[in-house]
Amino acid sequence: MSVITAENISKKYIIDHKHKAGGPSTFRDVVSDLFSRKSSHTDYTEKEEFWALKDVNFTIDQGDRIGIVGHNGAGKSTLLKILSRITEPSTGQIKIDGRVASLLEVGTGFHPELTGRENIYLNGAILGMAKREIKESFDAIVDFAGVEKFLDTPVKRYSSGMYVRLGFAIAAHLNPEILIVDEVLAVGDTEFQKKCLGKMRDVSESGRTLLFVSHNLTAIQALCNKSFYFEKGQLIDQGETTHIVTNYLSKVSHKRMERHWDDINQAPGNDQVRIKSFRLLAEYQDNLMHIDVRTPMNFQFEFWNMEEGANLNLSMHLYTFTGECIFNVGTESQQFGKGLVTGVCQIPGHFLNDGSYVVSMMVVKDTSTVVYNMEEALVFDIEDYRENVTWYGKWPGYIRPKLNFSIRQTEHLVND
Amino acid sequence: MQHTTTIKAGGSEKDYWKDLWRNKQLLLILSKRDISVRYKQTLLGVAWSVLRPIMTMTVMVFVFSYVAKLKGDEGVPYPLMVLCGITIWTFFANTFSQISSSILINSNLVSKVYFPRLLMPLSSVAVGFVDFLITLGIFLILTVFFHHPLSWNILYLPAFLLLAFITSMGFGLFFAVLNVRFRDIGQLIPFIVQVGFYICPIAYSSRLAEGTWYEKYYNLNPMVGIIDGFKWCLLGDKAYFNPNSVYSTAIISVVILILSLIYFRKKENTFVDHI
Repeated sequence: MSVITAENISKKYIIDHKHKAGGPSTFRDVVSDLFSRKSSHTDYTEKEEFWALKDVNFTIDQGDRIGIVGHNGAGKSTLLKILSRITEPSTGQIKIDGRVASLLEVGTGFHPELTGRENIYLNGAILGMAKREIKESFDAIVDFAGVEKFLDTPVKRYSSGMYVRLGFAIAAHLNPEILIVDEVLAVGDTEFQKKCLGKMRDVSESGRTLLFVSHNLTAIQALCNKSFYFEKGQLIDQGETTHIVTNYLSKVSHKRMERHWDDINQAPGNDQVRIKSFRLLAEYQDNLMHIDVRTPMNFQFEFWNMEEGANLNLSMHLYTFTGECIFNVGTESQQFGKGLVTGVCQIPGHFLNDGSYVVSMMVVKDTSTVVYNMEEALVFDIEDYRENVTWYGKWPGYIRPKLNFSIRQTEHLVND
Repeated sequence: MQHTTTIKAGGSEKDYWKDLWRNKQLLLILSKRDISVRYKQTLLGVAWSVLRPIMTMTVMVFVFSYVAKLKGDEGVPYPLMVLCGITIWTFFANTFSQISSSILINSNLVSKVYFPRLLMPLSSVAVGFVDFLITLGIFLILTVFFHHPLSWNILYLPAFLLLAFITSMGFGLFFAVLNVRFRDIGQLIPFIVQVGFYICPIAYSSRLAEGTWYEKYYNLNPMVGIIDGFKWCLLGDKAYFNPNSVYSTAIISVVILILSLIYFRKKENTFVDHI
């Protein structure tokens, strides 16, 4: 039985090139537009339509667990917003049978001045729970979040971990027929993420319908039986999760080994730092032009420091393509004058396993404040390479280090 | 029973009002939130709700009565008349400004979760209502102090309070929608409230406008009839009151409210695109 039927859903935004896109304009702009319309027709042509979603059709059956994958800006979040009725589509129609709860953010509407207890009731009500339902699951929520001791403390005094745990705990005790979840697992520690995934699996196994957006493909594969693949606002593929994820990975694996900006004013960054370049310099082996598991690499990062005497260091995250962090390394903090700063990180050969990897780079000030975070700074593939083996199955693990692991005969059995 | 929802472009839902009713608990909780966070981390706390009207009254009595020599109605103590006007005016001004900014203040909710958006302006009235009750209490205590007995007119008080509420909703909803699109409105509102204070019969009696050329324009302001009526309820028949103005006031307020509601309903599903 289908619980959600969407027909020709489109969502249009008007991008105003003269002013900030979609943002608040001022009354003055409108008034001055009124008077200047005749004289400057160019203002008109600068308005551009942008289709965040275009002619999307699908049906979702009861009990389906749908994973939604796609690049940033592919329309995933817009779709969730429309399904949650936060905004309406420009065209098309959706029919939903059943009570929908959407979790687009953890702890929506928490008020910092209110205590944990008060916020449970507030947030529960905002998410659509009746007071009776909240009362019934109150102890379970507190237990799940592990905040018993701080129930009567204002949440502004909570650690960010506690805050997120409490937020998810409330949402986890919703009992909707259809649950919509946006990238909320990106927060919280591993232990808690496991708990969340477990809870979401319980939800789906009890026959309820789940829609789940995440960049973590492992989580999607673990949780969802079907998936939608969005690109540029269109639903380009749907079906079994394994099939969709493979398809997605093959399409998105664009290598990005070098990027640079020559004009400091156009470069990404802010008042304090501007990015100049990212480079992956590989010491290719055997005259091959691709990186394999043996290849040593240097990641080189250049940025302009704009603040005299700033105490800066670099922090690099290396992720698998499915979004799991493999490691995070940082340089020592050091004082820099205005000008170009270069950082190099060496990754030895025989270290990473074959696969696709994503590097993000943060510039950190005073070892504590993130001044600028460049996500997906570099994207690269590592090919497999094997010698003297006859087995060619997928080598397991994220890393494939060459360790001193020796084997020798230590005793001979002497036959009589 | 299976609950079916249809989402479509420009589709104002048939069950909107039912939905609003179903969310009455949320309304209660949002109101409670606003009230309970109001005076968090203040030294005097709730005392502010008592101090503010008393201080305003004292200053106004001094300025208008002693310095400017304004007179109220015969047989009505001037301080009482001023406090009476302040009570209903402050209720209107507070709720009006709260409603106007209610959508923006709750923008984190608007962008993350659905509920009938009308709940936000509705719940923002709570704080103003509590303040109103406190000021009304102060007024009642002062009537004893000034030996000015209450009359049965007080029974009509809820009607005028309701009219004030309707008027503040009518203007407030309209500005709330505009405020989402144009942040200028946030600058405009304190100005409107300030001007309103002088064109409404708070420090003076509407008797002064009687028979003048501007009387008919003066009476177009729905708050004039409401404040006059409110004074009549609390101060008795000696306060100036033109019963005929009630009808025009009521009609103007209700029409404004209906127009604003239509406008609000038309825009509420796309608030998030402008926040």
